[in-house]
Amino acid sequence: MSVAGQVGLAHPKPSLAVWKFASCDGCQVSLLDLEDQLLDLLGALDISYFLEVTRTVVDGPYDLAIVEGSVTTPADAERIKAVRAASHFLVTVGACATAGGIQALRNYADTGEYVPTVYANPAYISSLPTSTPVSAHVTVDFELHGCPINPVQLLEVITAYLAGRAPRIPDFPVCRECKAAGNVCLLVAEGVACLGPVTSAGCGALCPTVGRGCFGCFGPASTVNTASLSSRLAADGASQESLKRIFRGFTAGAPEFEKESSRHDPQP
Amino acid sequence: MTLGPYGPLGSALVSGVMAAIIGFDGLDGLIGSLKARGYRTMGPVASGGAISIRELKSAADLPRGWEDEQAPGTYRLHQTASPDLFNWAVGAGSLKAEVFPPRSIIWQAKAPGYEVEEISDDVPPVAVVGARPCDLAGLRVLDRALGSPPVTDPAYRRRRDAVVLVAVECSRPASTCFCVSMGTGPSASEGFDLALTELGGGYYLARAGSKIGKELLEGLSQRRARREDFARRTELLARAASHMGRSVDQHGLPEMLVRNLSNPLWDEVAKQCLVCGNCTAVCPTCFCSNFEDRTDLSGTVQRERTWASCADLAYSYVHGGPVRASIKSRYRQWVTHKFSWWWDQFGTSGCVGCGRCITWCPAGIDVTEEIAALRASDNAGETHGEAHLQ
Ligand code: SF4
Ligand code: SF4
Ligand code: SF4
Repeated sequence: MSVAGQVGLAHPKPSLAVWKFASCDGCQVSLLDLEDQLLDLLGALDISYFLEVTRTVVDGPYDLAIVEGSVTTPADAERIKAVRAASHFLVTVGACATAGGIQALRNYADTGEYVPTVYANPAYISSLPTSTPVSAHVTVDFELHGCPINPVQLLEVITAYLAGRAPRIPDFPVCRECKAAGNVCLLVAEGVACLGPVTSAGCGALCPTVGRGCFGCFGPASTVNTASLSSRLAADGASQESLKRIFRGFTAGAPEFEKESSRHDPQP
Repeated sequence: MTLGPYGPLGSALVSGVMAAIIGFDGLDGLIGSLKARGYRTMGPVASGGAISIRELKSAADLPRGWEDEQAPGTYRLHQTASPDLFNWAVGAGSLKAEVFPPRSIIWQAKAPGYEVEEISDDVPPVAVVGARPCDLAGLRVLDRALGSPPVTDPAYRRRRDAVVLVAVECSRPASTCFCVSMGTGPSASEGFDLALTELGGGYYLARAGSKIGKELLEGLSQRRARREDFARRTELLARAASHMGRSVDQHGLPEMLVRNLSNPLWDEVAKQCLVCGNCTAVCPTCFCSNFEDRTDLSGTVQRERTWASCADLAYSYVHGGPVRASIKSRYRQWVTHKFSWWWDQFGTSGCVGCGRCITWCPAGIDVTEEIAALRASDNAGETHGEAHLQ
């Protein structure tokens, strides 16, 4: 991460804009979950655009933009360009903004085919055939993964931006957080399907800690060997169909997971 | 007073006792006296489907009757009617976490003066009951890497000096164990305060290995250890030694590995390796760590140390990019460091033969098999080309 935020500030305090695209709002709201740090954050940043917090809207340009959500409509494909143009430092947050989100499942189907079965008046629907991450449309300065993101990591990204340093966001697999937590490996000790070995850390091994295999919410780690994990899961009894599905979750649109799920799809 | 197979156990103390027979109540008394002395007393419990090291309340927490089955990438625990408490081989956890925690703050500095203050964690000293001989060997390796001059890590040294170790020798090794070929087990000969051998029927031969071990032993309900107790121990250990599931031929191993840096076998194992770092996390001797600084909004700076892994892309990142970008180069780094360069650095093998990396590898990669395969394809004397670093 560059120190762009520190030069040529548009306001005395850096201004913050929080944008929503196709998403559930959970990631941007996690900023508000930082209850203990909220006052410090307000002291360090001017909230210029954050509709979940205030209807007051200050015009751009903005120093720090946090973007949640994927691009799924022609209108949003234009809007994200305007957001980029108005932002000094743009951070995308969450599985939607960084990988297309769960709605990227549409990438494996024909929207033209199912829109009429869902909407009474399909004519009102103006939708792109795919759900894509923000980085497919504009340059992104930093991507924070997760579904939802970990608020502590969001705080780290903002704090690092304010200090002009690189954020400490690991890109090694969930297994490492799982071992550091002292968990017994579910895959090894119980044969539970777990995406931990190929998924980026960041959640603190939330699911394995409560006995559920990792769902891959934080997307692929920096180096993955999805084919090897699939062989292991298949040896434990996973069918082709379940292998396809396991890689087709909240980060179905991440290229590494997209490739792996398609390997197990009889009709790609 | 408990009646043992060889007579009554009592508290009739022979002063200067270095070995004795204790029963379950002696074991319970031992845990009690460790706690009374202020030790956070850790030990094996059957928890979450495996033998894990957790804080003990009493000897009742110990995994009575539990037995493990281990294989590459698989671990299963099942309960039997046996009254034995230590019928299992090592689980995923090792002593490493007790002396070298996964995360620790090293120092911090606060605005406005940014005076650096060292953070020394004031956790209570730890006692571990049930450490295995290979665990003791693992600590000796860590001692060389972290706890000895020229570069002694003060945080490691503090925890290490405070730890009390009650070892339990192995009577039921796993199929993944190879301590015999690494010369680290199944008997415990040094590096413990007390060493127990489970003789069966609820009796334990206890040997003191330090002043505190001797003091602890003297306080327990016991009887004198006799020749037949030692004979039983010898018999149990011989049986364990003959039940090693695996072995590594150490003969000329460091040189053999260096000769084979370009062996195509590394490409084969790279197809399986997930670079997940589970092997390094469970390894009792892997000590690589990151030091990272973090600021917060109030102006405090903290330097934190966290476990790192040669499996990480970021771990070999230098200006311009990672030195070990490929999976192959990272797996190879791990094996060659453990079994070859470690000798150059620390005068010892980095492996103690505990088998953890084999069992807890989600891909079921078996380092003993990889080494054997390399050896089988090794043309002694002929170097497999120059090493490609990527
Ligand atoms: S439970 Fe999942 S995340 Fe944890 S170590 Fe095992 S494979 Fe990795
Ligand atoms: S050898 Fe096994 S445990 Fe180690 S990084 Fe590779 S897959 Fe993970
Ligand atoms: S390399 Fe594997 S067998 Fe050797 S000490 Fe480490 S975890 Fe144990």
